[in-house]
Amino acid sequence: MTDRYDVITIGGSAGSLAVITKILDALPPHINTPVVIVLHRLRNVRSEMSRLLSTKRTISEPEDKEPVKEHCIYLAPQNYHLLVEAERTFMLDYSELVNYSRPSIDMTFSSIADVYGEKALGILLSGANKDGAAGLCQIVAAGGMGIVQDPQTADFEVMPRSALDMCKGVKCLSVADMIRYIMGEIL
Amino acid sequence: MIQDISNADFLDIINILKLQYGYDFTGYAHASIRRRISRFMTYMRLATVFDLKHRLVNDEECFDRMVQYITVNVTEMFRDPHFYRTMREQVLPKLAAYPNIKIWHAGCSTGEEVFSMAILLEEAGLLNRSRIYATDLNPVNLEKASSGILPLNNMRDYTQNYIQSGGLNDFSNYYVARYDNVLIKKELRKHITFFQHNLVTDKVFNEFHLVCCRNVLIYFNRSLQNSVLKLFHDSLAARGYLAMGIKETMKFADIHEQFETVHVQHKIYRRKE
Repeated sequence: MTDRYDVITIGGSAGSLAVITKILDALPPHINTPVVIVLHRLRNVRSEMSRLLSTKRTISEPEDKEPVKEHCIYLAPQNYHLLVEAERTFMLDYSELVNYSRPSIDMTFSSIADVYGEKALGILLSGANKDGAAGLCQIVAAGGMGIVQDPQTADFEVMPRSALDMCKGVKCLSVADMIRYIMGEIL
Repeated sequence: MIQDISNADFLDIINILKLQYGYDFTGYAHASIRRRISRFMTYMRLATVFDLKHRLVNDEECFDRMVQYITVNVTEMFRDPHFYRTMREQVLPKLAAYPNIKIWHAGCSTGEEVFSMAILLEEAGLLNRSRIYATDLNPVNLEKASSGILPLNNMRDYTQNYIQSGGLNDFSNYYVARYDNVLIKKELRKHITFFQHNLVTDKVFNEFHLVCCRNVLIYFNRSLQNSVLKLFHDSLAARGYLAMGIKETMKFADIHEQFETVHVQHKIYRRKE
């Protein structure tokens, strides 16, 4: 049996940290599908975010040209956009802020839509700006699956709400249902 | 809206830039440059790839603007302050052994990191016997960098970075503020030479004790990274230092065995004998 998805990508901003921790901790320890997380973070401040997100899982910040590997959970590093190249390697990009953000969720989602098409699952969580909405719509347009955290359950609803407004075909789920959905689609 | 550019179109565009203008973007990482070309089309209100190609063939000014737009010219002073602290503590004391210190900043953009290095050298008492060669492929960047003028509104962030890098002076001693800009002091700038050099097509031009090339190689594919790292290797004196961006790595490069690692997180390497 093969997995429905080759990659799960999760984007979030204000109010998303606890949700990401919940999702990561619920994932089985040997999940095949790589997970790529993009969070809005402060620049030029030393950050222990990867440890903060989960005590159970090893989360790494990819370096340029690193292959996207199964069983791995990745976090976009501070102050870089994180893209995936056609040969499924990471590329870091230090270009202009997008939606006032670097890393920008749109940048990562959009490159994942290009590379993975229908094999991408994108999840957009709580946040106070619209970064990620256009990218999630691109994942859906490329045949992948887009899920947003139900705005009514999000600490900040702008981010998931923008995605719902921007395109049809995005699923709106509570965090518990989101976890159930992921578990049903992966090994 | 971002335009989708097919691979064939992309190669066509790259070919025009190469044949007509001598700029070779073949080895650039596609994920980023295709996005930037497509954004450039939106910016120029070019509806189709055909329109872009037509303009490029007939209008040199369109090309100039395109180079400016598709290359990444984002930089800051004392970016990654802890990297600069390591330079102060571990690299500069070693460079002090040379009577004349030669440094190459490759892909210097508008010069912010070059000025940061000049401040570091000044504070280590080495600037007077240092020469910094700072190069970029983009003439507009070089013109800005040579002017020594930076926007004032960034200086607060830069001051924070400077302090975190271990700087002990008053940062404002290094520039003069006027209206919305600052001018980096001449005493720092007179040790810097800015000129055009394209890492893709140009060759070794001198021998250096330190090559700084931070957040430039990320825009290149593996094979171009290999050839540029070879160029740096050949441009370094034996035991010379190479500083890369903190998310760049030597580990996938053919030439990595010719270097030893000085600082694993801050991506400082040293050429073997």
